[in-house]
Amino acid sequence: MGLRKMLDGVEHHFQEGGKLQNFYALYEVFDTFLYSPDSVTRSTAHVRDGVDLKRIMITVWLATFPAMFYGMYNLGFQANTVMAAGTGGITDWHGPLIGLLAGNDPTSLWDCFWFGAVYFMPIYITTFLVGIAWEILFAIKRGHEVNEGFFVTSVLFALICPPDIPLWQVAMGISFGVVIGKEVFGGTGKNFLNPALTGRAFLFFAYPAQLSGDSVWTAVDGYTGATALSIMATEGVATLQQSLQWGQAFMGNMQGSIGETSTLAIGLGMLVLLVTRIASWRIMLGVMLGMIALSTLFNVLDTGTNPMFAVPWYWHLVVGSFAFGMVFMATDPVSAAMTNTGKLWFGGLIGVMVVLIRVVNPAFPEGMMLAILFANLFAPLIDHFVVQSNIKRRLARG
Amino acid sequence: MEHYLSLFVRSIFIDNMALAFFLGMCTFLAVSKKIQAAFGLGVAVIVVLTITVPVNNLIYTYLLADGALAWAGLPDVDLSFLGLLSYIGVIAALVQILEMFLDKYVPALYNALGVFLPLITVNCAILGASLFMVERDYNLSESVVFGAGAGVGWALAITALAGIREKLKYSDVPDGLQGLGITFIIVGLMSLGFMSFGGIDL
Repeated sequence: MGLRKMLDGVEHHFQEGGKLQNFYALYEVFDTFLYSPDSVTRSTAHVRDGVDLKRIMITVWLATFPAMFYGMYNLGFQANTVMAAGTGGITDWHGPLIGLLAGNDPTSLWDCFWFGAVYFMPIYITTFLVGIAWEILFAIKRGHEVNEGFFVTSVLFALICPPDIPLWQVAMGISFGVVIGKEVFGGTGKNFLNPALTGRAFLFFAYPAQLSGDSVWTAVDGYTGATALSIMATEGVATLQQSLQWGQAFMGNMQGSIGETSTLAIGLGMLVLLVTRIASWRIMLGVMLGMIALSTLFNVLDTGTNPMFAVPWYWHLVVGSFAFGMVFMATDPVSAAMTNTGKLWFGGLIGVMVVLIRVVNPAFPEGMMLAILFANLFAPLIDHFVVQSNIKRRLARG
Repeated sequence: MEHYLSLFVRSIFIDNMALAFFLGMCTFLAVSKKIQAAFGLGVAVIVVLTITVPVNNLIYTYLLADGALAWAGLPDVDLSFLGLLSYIGVIAALVQILEMFLDKYVPALYNALGVFLPLITVNCAILGASLFMVERDYNLSESVVFGAGAGVGWALAITALAGIREKLKYSDVPDGLQGLGITFIIVGLMSLGFMSFGGIDL
């Protein structure tokens, strides 16, 4: 265990009174990243459990892997398919890098995967480096520890970026998310909005040209293709079905933000999170029920003036970022409601809001991001009312 | 009926007084530390708005607007320059009357609202609603719906803010940002969440 010895060897420099004591947070990151911390609870009563915050966060991080790998493959597949058809090309630095290791054959698994990796990895690396720099800066100045929660925030943020996004915008977005969304409140566990979504929403309103519209969802210059949601909104489900079957949409064979396309891959992650009981099934159930209820109501009310009214719930489920948001964003334990009954209501509010925004609001084709942020605002209030009604019920019981 | 319903929803969510127009900020920031207090103030704002906006509407239509005095034989008189003065006077007078009424007949609510009721007189959301009513040419029934909706929206926003601030009691805000500083940031982020309604055309 040479590494352990090396860490122990330098530890005294970072402790109280050592010459590098200001950088203790930095040392702590490396130590706890490589080894389990040996700190134990010293008070008398506590629950013995192998799960700590670090393990929870790493499990969520691993649970995003199916969506991430499929996302990379799909990004390449969509772009290669478009280029094989003869529209557009790649003019920036991505091009030579792709040519280095692969061709542009849409039928080749490797070509597509490498293409996606060349686009996704710089986004992810930028997110990670910029975000962790803020985290460490705050940790050193404020004297708290750098938390593994950032692994999750960074991967989620990178997965909800469109493939074509300029890297400086990625850096801006994650900076806003980490600093304003989380660190000004004191770090992990003390914020009230999901940091990844806060950063994404900031980008969405600050740079709409690069984050919405029809040309950003496939990583090919000079190609514009409407997303499934915007086809639905303008022409209806029937037109969409001519180019995209429900099964294809479920598999994720369509353009979109990197990680959001495949409901199947996200479902794999969902299984992991549900089996390990890290994500709350109540929230997911609430989101599903809210979405199904309101979209069915809209189906019944349909008068033919707005094509989105007629979209059935199983289409709402597979297009856009509904599945991704439900599994990874809504279940964020910090910004969601804390009480069990509250979680159902919180999820229901998200489900209702997402359909409401998609159907009624012509300004935004997609509503998942804003729906979750909106529900985050009301999560403390929902908890408050649940607790109050519990108190009332128990008092009445006597 | 549908018209009034959409006006109501619109004034609660899309044109939210606090989070879309940032009106009534002083009380919004100051009285949002506790959910109970915030809720009480919210109810007071709903009541006052629902009364003052229609009353101001009547005053505007029958006294102040261009040609409104035609019933008194003065069709050429335009008193709309007195608008600001009259609205704030009406609001102050109505709040006083309401306060005396509550003190006499509903002392429980009077005690719960306490100092907030007179405070509302200087709340810009109240005056703002009257000015919007004039600008958007609402008639009497529309102004009732709009007043109630604007009040409900403001009450919703301040209660949600109070919930968030109660939750953030456990947070570790940097020294320079404690108190109002972090509250401004929270309100900004809340308004980001309320952007989900921006663009809905009812």
